[in-house]
Amino acid sequence: MFDIDKWQEIFGTLQKNKLRTFLTAFSVAWGIFMLIILLGSGNGLENAMRKGFKSSMINSMWIFGRQTSLPYKGLKAGRYIQLTNEDYERVKQNINEVELISSRYHMPGNNYVAYKDKSVNFEIRTVYPDYLPIENIIMKEGRFINNIDIAKRRKVAIISTDVQKELFKTNHAIGKYVIVNGFSVQVVGVFEDIDDWDNNRCVYLPVTTAQLLYGGSNDITMLSLTVPVSSSLKEAKRIEGKIRNELSKIHHFDPKDERAVGVGNSIEEMNMFMNLFTSIRFFVWIIGIMTIIAGIVGVSNIMTIVVKERTKEIGIRKAIGARPGSIIGMILQESVFITALAGFVGLLLGAGLLELIRRYIPENDFFYNPEADIRIAVAATIVLILAGLLAGFYPSRRAARIKPIVALRDE
Amino acid sequence: MIKLNNVHKTYYNGSPLHVLKGIDLNIEKGEFVSIMGSSGSGKSTLLNIIGILDNYDDGGYWLDGTHIMNMSEKKAAYYRNHMIGFVFQSFNLIPFKNAMENVALPLYYQKVSRKKRNRMALEYLDRLGLKEWADHTPNELSGGEKQRVAIARAMISNPKVILADEPTGALDSETSFEVMKILKDINKQGITILIVTHERDISHMTDRIIKLRDGIIENKKK
Repeated sequence: MFDIDKWQEIFGTLQKNKLRTFLTAFSVAWGIFMLIILLGSGNGLENAMRKGFKSSMINSMWIFGRQTSLPYKGLKAGRYIQLTNEDYERVKQNINEVELISSRYHMPGNNYVAYKDKSVNFEIRTVYPDYLPIENIIMKEGRFINNIDIAKRRKVAIISTDVQKELFKTNHAIGKYVIVNGFSVQVVGVFEDIDDWDNNRCVYLPVTTAQLLYGGSNDITMLSLTVPVSSSLKEAKRIEGKIRNELSKIHHFDPKDERAVGVGNSIEEMNMFMNLFTSIRFFVWIIGIMTIIAGIVGVSNIMTIVVKERTKEIGIRKAIGARPGSIIGMILQESVFITALAGFVGLLLGAGLLELIRRYIPENDFFYNPEADIRIAVAATIVLILAGLLAGFYPSRRAARIKPIVALRDE
Repeated sequence: MIKLNNVHKTYYNGSPLHVLKGIDLNIEKGEFVSIMGSSGSGKSTLLNIIGILDNYDDGGYWLDGTHIMNMSEKKAAYYRNHMIGFVFQSFNLIPFKNAMENVALPLYYQKVSRKKRNRMALEYLDRLGLKEWADHTPNELSGGEKQRVAIARAMISNPKVILADEPTGALDSETSFEVMKILKDINKQGITILIVTHERDISHMTDRIIKLRDGIIENKKK
């Protein structure tokens, strides 16, 4: 392998045919380059998605009322199911897999928050204290909603850093009163929720307060809850069924009626994404390997021509005592060398381009930290060496079969 | 040293061509022999068989007591490497290697270390008066110099036999005689030399002439 003569011979032949060597090497380098770019981009998409998920728990579930699709116990199909505080209590009490739970009530009207002469549209979420860990909210100042707020229906609000910046600039917000949809509430906390969605452009109120402000209704818009982190998709589905069953008893709908209440869960969503990315990655490898195969055919072709041109030389070598094995080794080494070197150049260029993209694209939700990690590099190296061996296989056998008498015949 | 017993060889290219029709030959150690014959007489084929570059169909061939028949490529390579040195009409040097590397090549296939084989190659080049040409590639050398490099290459593995196929065929007469003188000197050191030629004056410089005609040995002349 580290035999100077062998390397000398390789460089000797490569130098004699510079253009041909370059074109061959280029096809391999291009293949690897594309593979790295594609895999890196796939990773970029995946990382962006994962980052989006990170901010909310990946074991969360959400339930909202919909319309029944089956008649049940004399009730017609097409009824609207309105979730209420009772549903919250019953699910909390009776479904023991539920770890954290919060209901939400959607305040009707044009959501806005005002302070002094400034009024800005923000999303208003009305929740229970459990919502803090469900959404992975980080408190910056003050406190989140607590149980006393819920019980006493206190008029308090927790605002995001964005809201603070827009309404209060650099001034303190805690203790100030702001107007939310026409109602005056006191700011008791400031939070930050860094992720890709609009979670940092909202204001939290106790759900009971909101219900009170809108006519003392018991209605809730949805339930958010978490199940044990270790839950599999199957487990999540089972819990989902249990919750459906519980709700069907309260609202008198057919437990088999999948459309009466909507249930979403992040485990399923996550799984869907993971499957999507597995398919993308698979697809990328297929394309990459096809491209590399084109490169292999190129190298193989060139090596065949090289062997043909070197017939006489190989004949001389055999006449003075080269074993077939050493001839095969010589051609294979040359082939692996071209392939590996070219592939390595492609690898470096690809990784370099990814690095540039990573550094210079503006941050966005769809593409984050595209990278070709060490596993890909190792895999690519193995692929390259195999490719080189494969490319050299046929030509080297051809070389080994050259008969010295044929090669040495004087024309 | 070289013993052939009723050796036959037929080529099958389209119609069968019976090239060697029963060759009996016995060359003792230290002999300097030439094979003469017109083209098509089978002299090159005979040399190829003796050099284990080609197989024969029938009969027997013993090289230094070893029966050579249907050898594997690997084994044939071993015998060529250790027992035989070749000198060709068109020199057959490797164009991108310099004179020293060309001479050292047989030792490379014996897995002799680079340093040692290059030192030996320089020694042999020195003996043939080519030391200052050691780092020149073949296309920088004259025909005679090339053939001397080739002879050095044939000698470096210290073979039992040197086989030369028209060694002077591409050289002018003055250089031809020089080359023959070198071969003669080598022969004096006890190495058996067999040359194939169609030039009468070249063959007359050897100790024994074997005349080949239509695949059979015509007469033996001491």
